[in-house]
Amino acid sequence: MDRLLFGDNQFFGINHMSEEKARSQAIRFQDASSILEVLEDAYDEGIRTFMCTTHERIGEICDHVREHPARWEGMVFFPCMPYAHKYANAVTEEGMLGALRRFLPKGGTIDAVMRGGRSFATKDIEGIITLLVDAEMAMFRGLPTPVVFLQNVVVDLLLGLGFDEAFAIFAKHVAKRYGAEPGFITMNLPLLLDALDRAGIDNPIVCSNINKLAFRVSGGLDGYERVLSSRRFRPIAMSVFASGAIPPREALEWIHEQAAIESIVFGASSAHNIRSTVRLVDAIWSDAAVVPPVLAATT
Amino acid sequence: MIRIGVVGLGKMGISHLSIIGAHPRTEVGAVCDSLGYLLDVLAKYTGVATYTNWQRMFQSADLDAVIISTPTAAHAEVARAALSAGLHVFCEKPLTLSATESEELARVAADAGLVAQVGYHNRFVATFAEVKRLIDANAIGHVTHALAESYGPVVLQPTGRTWRSKRAAGGGCLYDYAAHPIDLLQWLFGEPSAVRGTILSSIFSTDTDDEVYSTLEFADGVSAQLSVSWSDESHRKMTTRLSVWGTLGTITADRQALTVYRRGAAPALDGYGPGWSTRNITELTPSVGFYLRGEEYSAQLDAFVAAIENPRSRSDLRNTFASAAATDRIIDRLLRDAGDRSAAATTA
Repeated sequence: MDRLLFGDNQFFGINHMSEEKARSQAIRFQDASSILEVLEDAYDEGIRTFMCTTHERIGEICDHVREHPARWEGMVFFPCMPYAHKYANAVTEEGMLGALRRFLPKGGTIDAVMRGGRSFATKDIEGIITLLVDAEMAMFRGLPTPVVFLQNVVVDLLLGLGFDEAFAIFAKHVAKRYGAEPGFITMNLPLLLDALDRAGIDNPIVCSNINKLAFRVSGGLDGYERVLSSRRFRPIAMSVFASGAIPPREALEWIHEQAAIESIVFGASSAHNIRSTVRLVDAIWSDAAVVPPVLAATT
Repeated sequence: MIRIGVVGLGKMGISHLSIIGAHPRTEVGAVCDSLGYLLDVLAKYTGVATYTNWQRMFQSADLDAVIISTPTAAHAEVARAALSAGLHVFCEKPLTLSATESEELARVAADAGLVAQVGYHNRFVATFAEVKRLIDANAIGHVTHALAESYGPVVLQPTGRTWRSKRAAGGGCLYDYAAHPIDLLQWLFGEPSAVRGTILSSIFSTDTDDEVYSTLEFADGVSAQLSVSWSDESHRKMTTRLSVWGTLGTITADRQALTVYRRGAAPALDGYGPGWSTRNITELTPSVGFYLRGEEYSAQLDAFVAAIENPRSRSDLRNTFASAAATDRIIDRLLRDAGDRSAAATTA
């Protein structure tokens, strides 16, 4: 994985610090073309991984990238599924089963119908999970998706329920069907690592809030620092700036000290901010390159 | 370990179930729902004991407490049975569809010495709690007016097929959305002396309301306006905002941030000078042991658990059946003010 991954919260009105800012971003990025402009800036600064939700507007981005392969050479996608509000609103409107029916493929391939039918008949959750994953993955057809993530709202819901088997089903399916590594986003890193162990997922890719301020670092920083230094997994840090509450250099220097962290996912909406983050990371990681351990980055 | 059962496994029930499953001092005793398919999946993959009959669950699951997250119309009956079985109760909001019934349940819980809390989670959102602290500390002088708003994209077309689309079952923007800002106003200013100009109107729903507007008057010359719609697609999810005007300043707050303007004459207060101050959840919110969808959902259950464990802390509970009954009284008054005869008849 690259050291810097480009996230997409800023494109969908998600800002953990200010609803006003979130709203103005939602207005600015209502068209896929304005998202593409920022993505082009990121690409031109050397960013090659877009870690994105399965929001329908991302589908338009995928179409564009498929149509212009030369412009986007080397670009990979890390899909994060599902875009949960779509499901939550459907549950409110139609109830649990109604929502499921809405999102499972209707009259799709025989294979899908067969698997879907059997799922409900045998009460086998595996078929339902794989059908939902396939529905979310459809927009990425033909594009490289080396890591496929399950979003934190689903991961953490399953974690609390003790539904470890679902993680194993997801991992097996994305590996088999998409040749991808499974990734897990969580707000509860230490607890999730235990669950992934129980599910038999070795050296998992796990993305979680990791920041100096301990913002949304559930259970406190100590537990996170302990697993970062003692557990075998591939950590990705998100919310490293705690939504702007930590100055960039201070935030990134602290991340750099956490030697195990393999990648950082960040969001930005201007070429200037992308460039300054990229340069800061380059500077901090190369200045310290003489100090072991050097972070492995396979760009 | 406190053994908790969950009745009703919809969106809120599943979320509560997950939080208590991860909580270090609680264990999931049993769950109850009418949807057999869901119960089968949970039993098979998580090993939880399942029931389709809550009376039977109360009798045989050896519970200390129960979370009630059924459709609102069933709250009263289930809560009454739980309290008489000696269980502490955490009930989703609104408490019941009748203020009289809510008051009676509050009395039963108090007489039995049981913890009885309601899921008004906004009281556990750090920015709103800070608004309460600032007003109580007289930080913006004498409050003259407040605006409480909630908007979100729940009903955007006339197709609702669940209980939430029927007022008789507790569905609708008033019970589902407006109950939250009403409860916040009640927390800040008590119960209103008058409720006027209420509009409960339907945009898409045939059996309930989709938007709620009203003017509330409180003691000491405080007035408030309520503006709520669950048919507003311009919001990604439910967004609640409080604005408060005082003689010495103003406060606006949403889930993410709190902005205060204080005039020079405002009393000195740590962290808030004259002029503008902004505080964000990043600094105001203590982290929780387990996070799912928002710190407030874990924090409210932490408070429930703490109150069960330590009877002396019960007077600190941020909301109770009694405070939720007060919110239900305001909801009843809005219904009457809007001229809803059928609702008035059932609540009189």
